[in-house]
Amino acid sequence: MSDELKKKLKLKVSAIQNGTVIDHIPSENLFKVITILGLDKVNNQITFGANFESQKLGNKAIIKISDKFFEDDEINKIALIAPHAKLNIIRDYEVAEKRIVEVPEEVNGIMRCFNPKCISNFEPMVTRFKVVSKAPIGLKCRYCEKITHEDQIVII
Amino acid sequence: MNKKSLISITDFSKAEYLRIMELAADFEKNPNQKLLEGKVVASLFFEPSTRTRLSFETAINRMGGRIIGFSDAGSSSVSKGETLHDTIRMVSNYADLIVMRHPLEGSARYASEVSGVPVINAGDGANQHPTQTLLDMYSILKTQGTLDNRNIFMVGDLKYGRTVHSLLMAMSEFENPIFNFIAPEELQMPHEYKMFLKEKGIRYFEHKEFTSIISEADIVYMTRVQKERFADPIEYEKVKNVYILRNCMLNNTKDNMRILHPLPRVNEIHTDVDSNRKAYYFEQALNGVFTREAIIAHTLNLK
Ligand SMILES: [Zn+2]
Repeated sequence: MSDELKKKLKLKVSAIQNGTVIDHIPSENLFKVITILGLDKVNNQITFGANFESQKLGNKAIIKISDKFFEDDEINKIALIAPHAKLNIIRDYEVAEKRIVEVPEEVNGIMRCFNPKCISNFEPMVTRFKVVSKAPIGLKCRYCEKITHEDQIVII
Repeated sequence: MNKKSLISITDFSKAEYLRIMELAADFEKNPNQKLLEGKVVASLFFEPSTRTRLSFETAINRMGGRIIGFSDAGSSSVSKGETLHDTIRMVSNYADLIVMRHPLEGSARYASEVSGVPVINAGDGANQHPTQTLLDMYSILKTQGTLDNRNIFMVGDLKYGRTVHSLLMAMSEFENPIFNFIAPEELQMPHEYKMFLKEKGIRYFEHKEFTSIISEADIVYMTRVQKERFADPIEYEKVKNVYILRNCMLNNTKDNMRILHPLPRVNEIHTDVDSNRKAYYFEQALNGVFTREAIIAHTLNLK
């Protein structure tokens, strides 16, 4: 079988007519991505899979969502936990556009401040961070002014 | 919202620092200016800090204001589980200004977002204590005649000491400061502050002791080296006497040199220093009242 044919067959298995395929998600963060994007609360048809082989990540997950197209600031929220994610925008079974995620300038309400003495860990309030470095990611809390580093990120 | 809170020292510009200094000098000449007549100031101390509270409340009283509030969270609704949000919303309906101290970091910033009136941060955990920094600056200006070209020695706990971090940020706005950091290995000035100075092209030097170099200092800012900060108690025992200032060390110091300390002191400044005219820490505390009057006047646009 030619590679081209294999690829086509693979795609057919769970091909979607219109929507978005999010690829290159670290498997361990699949469900966090689903939560952040609110996919657990929508009626769209969704298929996902984890633990696929990936040269870049070792191990990746994929999500396919029918009839859903993301705005930049919506999709960039997942950059914190899936910085290498790639989006294929599908129209009429064809890849109409490819996009990558970008770490946003500000992150609001998605993650906790790592500082156990920060007010945001005690009050029912929206956390707010300014991104002070992008690779590796560093986020400065607007309240306690401490920096949460990439490996300390905990999604709410 | 057009209200002016003071949460972090970097909320103010250099021009505002100078304005506060000018107002503080004016309040020092005449402390009893009834600019708060008919106004109510909430003094909310979610953790006790008698020194800071008395300084603020003296400032408010001298300005003719009325005070409501509490001096520790035990006597307030906080102990009944009320959120900070609700406490601040309620109090900001009653008062024209809120002065607050709280053990949690970032609490003052959050309060300023929730409050309809200005908030002055009187300390939020280990994070910020901007009125201390402004009174330190006023003390430097008063004793040196200028905030420019000062050689500032910071001694002791430079890692956790919020007062030295804020003072560093503020003094870096002025001409040609030089910083000398004197701290044990475990308590050195954090990397981010050194990077900040590097980027601004400001000179700084790091030392393990200061007897040999103290003659260069214009300001010696002492802080306390606490035993609890050391993972290994033996390390503390090794360094505990290195960061103590004694009168005999002051012989060859500059005439204009002054010793500052945020107080309370434990043993890091020997009592034999107190009678030396270069010891300035008690006057420094008094400057706090004038500086806080200035800050209140500035945040409420009273002058
Ligand atoms: Zn925080």
